[in-house]
Amino acid sequence: MASSIPVSVPADALPADAARGGRVAQRTRRLVAAGAAFVVLLALVAATAPWLAPHDPVRQSLRARLTAPTLEAADGRAHPLGTDHLGRDVLSRTIFGARVSLVIGFAAVAVGSAVGAALGILAGYRGGWTDTVIMTIADAQLAFPFVLLAIGIIGVLGPSFPTLVVVIGLSGWVDYARVLRSQVLVLRTREFVDAIHALGGAVPRIVGRHILPNVLSTLVVIATLQLARAIVLEATLSFLGLGIQPPTPSWGGMIQEGREYLDSAWWISIFPGCLLLLTSLVVSRSGDWLRDLLDPTLRSE
Amino acid sequence: MRALAAFLAARLVRALIAVWLVSTVVFVVMRLSGDPVPLLLPADAPRSEYARVARELGTDRPLPVQYAVFLGHVVRGDFGRSIHFREPAMRVAIGYLPATVELGLTAFALAVLVAVPVGVVSAVRRNTAVDHAAMAVALVGQSAPTFFLGILFILLLSLKAGLLPTSGRGDWTHLVLPAMTLGAFSMASIARLTRSALLEVLRQDYVRTARAKGLREWRVVVKHAFRNAAVPVLTITGLQLGTLLGASVVTETVFAWPGLGRLAIHSIYNRDYPIVQCVVFLSALVFIVINFVIDLTYGLLDPRIRPR
Repeated sequence: MASSIPVSVPADALPADAARGGRVAQRTRRLVAAGAAFVVLLALVAATAPWLAPHDPVRQSLRARLTAPTLEAADGRAHPLGTDHLGRDVLSRTIFGARVSLVIGFAAVAVGSAVGAALGILAGYRGGWTDTVIMTIADAQLAFPFVLLAIGIIGVLGPSFPTLVVVIGLSGWVDYARVLRSQVLVLRTREFVDAIHALGGAVPRIVGRHILPNVLSTLVVIATLQLARAIVLEATLSFLGLGIQPPTPSWGGMIQEGREYLDSAWWISIFPGCLLLLTSLVVSRSGDWLRDLLDPTLRSE
Repeated sequence: MRALAAFLAARLVRALIAVWLVSTVVFVVMRLSGDPVPLLLPADAPRSEYARVARELGTDRPLPVQYAVFLGHVVRGDFGRSIHFREPAMRVAIGYLPATVELGLTAFALAVLVAVPVGVVSAVRRNTAVDHAAMAVALVGQSAPTFFLGILFILLLSLKAGLLPTSGRGDWTHLVLPAMTLGAFSMASIARLTRSALLEVLRQDYVRTARAKGLREWRVVVKHAFRNAAVPVLTITGLQLGTLLGASVVTETVFAWPGLGRLAIHSIYNRDYPIVQCVVFLSALVFIVINFVIDLTYGLLDPRIRPR
């Protein structure tokens, strides 16, 4: 029984603990590197899609409709992941679909982080009513299901590329703004900021050269987590018919098209879906690991 | 009590600002989408007819006036008539609300009933195979896109195993797959949070004291630790209930569940904008009310919790 009673850690256990902490950090670093490698690989696949894809992703072939995944070449080249209801090659469409996911995902993150970081730093640095107004809007946005509003906005305005990027991007700005604001609130009172002020440094210079570098690691962590969210949101919108329009292949759109054939031709939906799930999982986990590595204090949720 | 009242008043103001912001965004988007009059008229309608409809809708008046009129209508819950159903939009939307509430509450109950025990077991059996397996599943559940999860459930449990119906609303078997799909994200989040909250508490001195007194382990966990871990769990759990409403758009579409979310998507396809506005607004309102009620119970449950 006595062994189950926790006792306080003896002092000589501390170096071992520190060594363990070092090992954990090293393991986390490797995991982050693996996650980054996955994203780079996916980006390479997306960039080289025209050369990598075995077939034209939009070319229909009525003779080869709903072909099951096979390595045997039926009409010239094989369809390793099968074909869809119009005879289009699922592998090629999945490869091209990565383009939509990554381009919209990264563009949305760029919009969201730019707006969120700018407003968060502004709120934290200026304080006063600027802070009150920005944070009130942020709170209000968190107070209702923004995804539903996003669907409504895109439904009404029509699903063009800029609309998608702006709406998906703006759906995440609050996360950046809230965290950066609280960091800048602390940074602003630090002596080095006062010192630059006293030396006559202009505010834009202080923010750009001294505040921004200090919050950059936080920004990267949030951006990574937001990338996973943006990719999933884009796929969700495409699934609902409100994303990038056919015939351009997107993972969400492919899952939607394959839905009717789920019983007879599961591969149309399941392959792009699994890749989407994997991407979302790897990117969001990488965000978590990156957070543990760069900024453990963020770990409050 | 005064501090609590001030806290609730601040939350009420926040809720009202949120409602106002939602209505303003809805107004701006509707105006950006272009003139609604041609949608209501045949293509060859005469100019006089056009002017009459514009006057009827108020679109011939200056924008600030239109905005004021719109806000007045919103306050009264008047979003105009549905073009498709030829009935007031609010009445149509209210008709679809029960199905959404039924699905949302079932998913929520399922999520809590599964997630809390899983989280507790994971914390107590920390770093065992059970813990690792449960947390791995939770991580996948947290990052899986809702609609794809629904498709996977349909394929595996309905089409392949033949256990449950694929779609529609009927007896309880129709509710299982949509509720699992909708509840998956919340289930994963609540399980992970329960685990970490309980681990935090199990480290505390009073838990050690309870163990030192010779209490049985389950009694320590349930009576001493879990009660204290419940507060953060409750907060997240409450927030999840609201998130479910947003996610139900997707789940309802996948399972052809006749609720508000599916109505919204159909109305977008039909360009039936009064309904779209009304559903967005109604969901925002439900979400805000839920959050407010959570704040209320939260403030009453734990006297230490006060505004930041």
